[in-house]
Amino acid sequence: MTATGTGTTVDAAWAIDWLRRSAAVVAEHRVALSELDRAIGDGDHGENLDRGFTAILAKLDEEAPPTPGAAFKMAAMTLISKVGGAAGPLYGTAFLRAGTAVGDAAALDSALLVAALTAARDGVVARGKAESGDKTMIDAWTPAVDAAAAADRSAPAAVLAAAAEAAEAGAVATDPLIARKGRASYLGERSMGHRDPGAASSALILRAAADAAAAAAPAGASGTGA
Amino acid sequence: MSVGLVIVSHSAQLAAGVVELAAQMARDVVLVPAGGTDDGGIGTSLDKVMSALGQADGGDGVVVLTDLGSAVMTAESALEFMGNPEKIVLADAPLVEGAVAAAVAAQSGAALAVVQKAAEAALSPGPASAGQGASGVIPGAAPGAAAGGTGSTVRPDGAVTAVLTLINPIGLHARPAAALAGALGALDVDIDINGADGQSVFLLMALGAGQGTELHVTATGPDAQRAVDLVRAEVENGFGEL
Repeated sequence: MTATGTGTTVDAAWAIDWLRRSAAVVAEHRVALSELDRAIGDGDHGENLDRGFTAILAKLDEEAPPTPGAAFKMAAMTLISKVGGAAGPLYGTAFLRAGTAVGDAAALDSALLVAALTAARDGVVARGKAESGDKTMIDAWTPAVDAAAAADRSAPAAVLAAAAEAAEAGAVATDPLIARKGRASYLGERSMGHRDPGAASSALILRAAADAAAAAAPAGASGTGA
Repeated sequence: MSVGLVIVSHSAQLAAGVVELAAQMARDVVLVPAGGTDDGGIGTSLDKVMSALGQADGGDGVVVLTDLGSAVMTAESALEFMGNPEKIVLADAPLVEGAVAAAVAAQSGAALAVVQKAAEAALSPGPASAGQGASGVIPGAAPGAAAGGTGSTVRPDGAVTAVLTLINPIGLHARPAAALAGALGALDVDIDINGADGQSVFLLMALGAGQGTELHVTATGPDAQRAVDLVRAEVENGFGEL
């Protein structure tokens, strides 16, 4: 399946490409993510996520989901099943809520994408019971959702690019924070000076979404220069 | 049927062990472990949790108990995937104590909400926290007042009280405590025995009440009289040990 897009919407091929790109980037950063996690957690974030996304690739090879929503729900189920650690249910809930938000729509416009990102973030908040500033995934997701909502909605690629950029800045901004959730919270002040692994992986995955949209958009249609 | 239990743990051995322990006091309750990842590692598995929920549900509902952080999240996710069915509830309870207390309540035929409450109350202090050998005599429950034909007294405020003396040699140890808490768990009653919640097997055991100990019982609620009669019958029968 080749990624296609009209420039004003993204479709199942984009969703599949996003998942494939996510798997590639997680595999590429597997060791680095686990090193971040080793500093302030249990040191398995990269391995766990890699296991989950590898399983997603296997499912995509078996059968291509017909809609973005179906792709998100497959990803949700697979991540919760395969990841094992807290990242499984957190990312799984994010994808599950995103899938519910978009329903069986064949194409997602910017408004629906913003709704999906918002639902995903709300799912992570509900599942993890964390708030902004707790040094968690939320610190990448909330700036991403805010930026997406404020972005130029003429093209999904621009919305996702804004989200990815904000998520990356949000992840960097977790460095000085004191962890208040998850295993890192046991370290208290010693968690300062380390990047939150979940925020880091969230930024990678949201960047993959933007890259997939840029690749799908017709040249010049969205100004992403893909 | 009774309410079923699912034990979700990061460790397959831990989940199986909790089931083994809880089953000892609840022979007829369906207890299903969901521990470890699909490949047998440390973690939790959505597939295992969802299939355990299917096995445990005999129609009267399922109470889910979990160990640490992501086990809770996996269990919550499983419920979300299943459309948050009304008859499956998560207990916010300590795993071992909660599982045993819930199993005992389920064995007694208690309804879903009561089984959930039994788990969640497993470690909470009793209403009066009077502790072992509670010396505070309950007003209106003086031994003399309890010597009537029914063995219990109804206070002006409606509470049913009694003072009973343990006659069985080992007193209120594990099996009698479990039997008592389980039977009381099926009733609509708030019952205090020497400061401990009479529906909590752990709090009853924690009284350390041996032979000859006086039990000061105070019950309120629709089933108060039945509850006190039940305690009286069990105590006078020596919990079937005589």
